[in-house]
Amino acid sequence: MTPAQFAFLTEFLKQRSGIAIGEDKRYLVEARLAPLARMRGLASLGDLIEGVRKGLDVDLGDAVIEAMTTNETFFFRDGSPFQALSEVMLPKLIAARSAERRLRIWSAACSTGQEPYSIAMTLDQHAAALAGWTIEIVATDLSAEVIAKAKAGLFTQFEVQRGLPIRVMLANFTQDGDKWRISEALRRRVHFRTLNLLRDFSALGRFDVVFCRNVLIYFDVATKRDVLARTARQTAEDGYLVLGAAESLASLGVPYLPVPARPGLFARVPSAANAPSRFGAAVA
Amino acid sequence: MKHCLVVDDSSVIRKVARRILEGQDFKISEAENGESALALCKQAMPDGILLDWNMPVMDGFDFLTALRSMPGGDAPKVVFCTTENDVSMITRAMRAGADEYVMKPFDSDIITSKFAEVGLL
Ligand SMILES: C[S@@+](CC[C@H](N)C(=O)[O-])C[C@H]1O[C@@H](n2cnc3c(N)ncnc32)[C@H](O)[C@@H]1O
Repeated sequence: MTPAQFAFLTEFLKQRSGIAIGEDKRYLVEARLAPLARMRGLASLGDLIEGVRKGLDVDLGDAVIEAMTTNETFFFRDGSPFQALSEVMLPKLIAARSAERRLRIWSAACSTGQEPYSIAMTLDQHAAALAGWTIEIVATDLSAEVIAKAKAGLFTQFEVQRGLPIRVMLANFTQDGDKWRISEALRRRVHFRTLNLLRDFSALGRFDVVFCRNVLIYFDVATKRDVLARTARQTAEDGYLVLGAAESLASLGVPYLPVPARPGLFARVPSAANAPSRFGAAVA
Repeated sequence: MKHCLVVDDSSVIRKVARRILEGQDFKISEAENGESALALCKQAMPDGILLDWNMPVMDGFDFLTALRSMPGGDAPKVVFCTTENDVSMITRAMRAGADEYVMKPFDSDIITSKFAEVGLL
């Protein structure tokens, strides 16, 4: 891979997926793309990049992007967001939406589905309060491959053990050969589709809660700000945003405020109070 | 410092488990079958037990049953850690008084999340 090819690749990734790759991540590019080059019968990583540049094959660029995504995830990751859903967001939203009895939750970079399925399992704990409600869980990701896997709802033994208490696993999964299949009831509750956060997502409609965890970390500041500003427009004024444990909104100037003592949880700031001076500093 | 008893007939597994749990600040003792584990529990009840199923002399299931009927034997949190991965076996273990269940192979994330789940971390 020549410096020019590396430069083309980083620009291509940034434009198409927002994923920012620094010069220090050359090893990562090599580790992720060399197997793809081999699989496509290309002699080298250089040839693969040339293939993308010349539009050799329509799906080659997509395959490169998919290979460069990090899809690491697990059930009930970090614990606290799901606790916050159960203890803070749901009680408040159940009271606030008692007339329309409708809730919409978005998992905005859902990878192989553990996050939206954990949301669905958390909602199950509130089944009595939510009886008769229309609940929609929309789960999206850039990668068609992870969405297909999420939809199938079939997990390895290793995956079902990461974060899932055994009783929760027994209650929601059945054995299928050496894999574990999520219950049909849970599978039907989540609507999966591919979606690139860089593109317009206003057609998804308004959500009460948006989980956007461990994806913005791959973007540069301008991209983060853009994605979050558009997310805010799709979030109800009394809705919530949930970020990953290590993520903050520091100085991004987007209309959310951290909820005290709830790591990763942010409340949408209603637009009446939406003067730029009100946040930025306050959120930093 | 919390005390965890690791019961497995494989010294390799005991060593790996010891390393993971010592990293979480547990004091570790080891037993290679259910019988010597019971003897250790009679001397001092541990806070947690990581328990294999298939072992010579006394297996993990019989150990658990004996433990739970001992005075003070309902206190330790028992996490099964075994190649038995059939739902019927898991259910049987949970009914006999296990608190959590790990299907081998495992890694440190799985062990620590299960120990957190039962309140030991
Ligand atoms: C590390 S996973 C996070 C999964 C889950 N939210 C969690 O926290 O466990 C990051 C996901 O972001 C997706 N992703 C990366 N860039 C994206 C983009 N521009 N639009 C949508 N998804 C993207 C990747 O495909 C990957 O599945």
